[in-house]
Amino acid sequence: MNNVPKLFLMSFPRKRESTVDARLPRPVLQTVQDGRGHDKDKPLSEFQLHLRDFNKNRPAVACVWVLGVLYAGALFADFIAPYSFKDEDRSYSYCPPSRIQLWHDGKISRPFIYGTKLTYNDLHARVYVTDQTQSYPIRFFYRAESYRWLGLIPFSRHLFGVDAPSRIYLFGADARGRDVFSRILYGAQVSLSIGLIGVAISFSLGLLIGGIAGYYGGWLDNILMRLCEMLMMVPGFYLLLALRAAVPDNFSSLQVYCAIVVILSFIAWASWARIIRGMCLSLREREYVLAAKTMGVSDFKIILVHLLPHTFSYTIFAVMLSIPGYILGESGLSLIGLGIQDPYASWGNMLTDAMSIVRIQFAPWILVPAFFIFITVLCFNIIGDTLRDCLDPMLIGLLPTKQNVKSSIVGKSAGDLTLDQKRSIKSTENPKS
Amino acid sequence: MLLGITLLTFILMRVTPGNYLDTIRLDPQISQDTIERYQKLYQLDKPLLQQYFYWLKNVCRLEFGYSFHYNVPVVHIIGGRLFNTFILSLTAFLLTWLVALPLGIWAALNRNRWGDRIIQFFSYVFFSLPSFFITMILLFWASQAGVLPLGGMRSPNFEHMSFLDQGLDILKHLVIPALALSLGSIGYMQKIMRGNMLEVLGQQYILTARAKGLSETRVVYVHALRNAINPLITLLGYEFSALLSGAALTEIICSWPGLGSLMLTAVRAKDIYLVMASMLMGSVMFIIGNLLADIALAKADPRITYEQRS
Repeated sequence: MNNVPKLFLMSFPRKRESTVDARLPRPVLQTVQDGRGHDKDKPLSEFQLHLRDFNKNRPAVACVWVLGVLYAGALFADFIAPYSFKDEDRSYSYCPPSRIQLWHDGKISRPFIYGTKLTYNDLHARVYVTDQTQSYPIRFFYRAESYRWLGLIPFSRHLFGVDAPSRIYLFGADARGRDVFSRILYGAQVSLSIGLIGVAISFSLGLLIGGIAGYYGGWLDNILMRLCEMLMMVPGFYLLLALRAAVPDNFSSLQVYCAIVVILSFIAWASWARIIRGMCLSLREREYVLAAKTMGVSDFKIILVHLLPHTFSYTIFAVMLSIPGYILGESGLSLIGLGIQDPYASWGNMLTDAMSIVRIQFAPWILVPAFFIFITVLCFNIIGDTLRDCLDPMLIGLLPTKQNVKSSIVGKSAGDLTLDQKRSIKSTENPKS
Repeated sequence: MLLGITLLTFILMRVTPGNYLDTIRLDPQISQDTIERYQKLYQLDKPLLQQYFYWLKNVCRLEFGYSFHYNVPVVHIIGGRLFNTFILSLTAFLLTWLVALPLGIWAALNRNRWGDRIIQFFSYVFFSLPSFFITMILLFWASQAGVLPLGGMRSPNFEHMSFLDQGLDILKHLVIPALALSLGSIGYMQKIMRGNMLEVLGQQYILTARAKGLSETRVVYVHALRNAINPLITLLGYEFSALLSGAALTEIICSWPGLGSLMLTAVRAKDIYLVMASMLMGSVMFIIGNLLADIALAKADPRITYEQRS
């Protein structure tokens, strides 16, 4: 049982380990049973050590779970959502969230909702009145509109639904009477995946270019770094707008999606390249690189196998901290109508409606997507920060002070750091820039 | 550097299908002659690079071209817009620093107490809230409370006010966008300040200073603070650029007549010279911010020199 990462086995009432002094070096051995049933001490791998540190931090573990739920929601959106993202019913425009009832005539019944009726008040404003005479039980594994899960498996069951004349709106309806809950799930597919794909592209591009610039140095380094600086100099959002303008208007929504991912990655790779280049500059002076060179390992392999993995302990949390940037970038673009276009949902374009105060006033539920953005960003930030605490060599006790860690990254003592280097260290810590 | 940016923008704007001349060509009120005149004036019929160099030559003479969308030279629009964005960024920036620094110091001195926990919690929340969400919430709140104007920069009767009232009016309009911009960065800066302060307070020279019998105020504000603030000054330049980017969205939502909302209009209308100039101005502001940060850093930290070391 000891070997199973606790990440996936979060036991709730955990005892406090009061007997273990946190300042003492922590045990790095675990007892495992070998094939013949004897106990044997085996050193924990570095990964296991970090994982153990991570698991101790309960908020972070909780965040992993929350993100897991959100991503699962995005993956199974077709199944969980009672309606499709473009399933609209104008007669339910801005219908408030349906209240799920459990009591009927003073008795517990299966969950149901009352019907709603559209009326107009004296000011000719729409008012939805619950009609207590009609009740619609919520049916689970309801057979409704058929879909193809992940575009492959045809299926027509939805997790829940109600019978036809009524509609269930867990988070209310938007202007066209589309279910906000369903659209959030479909929007999650866009908004959540953009962070992952975007960071994957820009990070690998940054690794490659930073590695090459750092390893070779000289004029190549010079050219590449000037290019990076050029990109970093333009205020991000302006560049985003200008690049978006270069995308033709007649793109299909999938093409627009790809374009946005590419644009966001294009803006972000420069800062990655700079940081990784700084690290590689010092790493290439190490003896093992020289050893590899003398053994005739090709340059490309040295960069890929011997240099870049050493940057990971630093970059892994920086990756986590930068994902919110992509999510916010996409939602920002979609919010002002330059991102994912309307029939398709993204958390950003669902908020376009909320830009008018009047609508927030009578339909506050259209702000729900913003809440989801917030939760996602918060989770990524907390996980990133916790990872940093776990992976920081200073805290593990390998190196005495933080300044030493930083200077070992750039290969100089802290006082000698040039501005650029300090900045490249610092700039990763700012996911918003 | 700037050349590279402008070239990039120019090519971007040109590779997109359609330009503004196509739009006005559809307008029956504009004669064919005018269009041809424009075309000749800006050499729009020449190849791409030639157009670019022509534009560049004009910029050197501080002529930024002509906005086809607004029908006036770009300089006329962009000056005021630049100023507005500058006011907004500066206010947000000052607000951030004036609040975040004391908060960070206080949190570091009282670490792990309730006050610190609360501050850390809220800074996490505000840091993770998207700025446009904060803006929307603030606007909504203002609409309910009815004390602050919603969006825009001036009241309708702005022209008839005295000078003092005009200033007050702008200030009132400034509250929401500035607050929306700074809340997030306050949380972030506060966290960094706290971290730095804690790191410095653990150093041995602080112990020495305390052992010498210096007063706690002196230890904290003279010995620790000066060292803790250095990394923040390095961040200053980036903070400024982040503010500019963030300001664009806030400007659009609050309909603040700044550079960001201008950029959006220009991009939508494919108004090439306006986009170029906005981009250029944005970058220039960013460079100036960075330059100021570098100078400030050199002032604050005598270890840093800008001469080449051997």
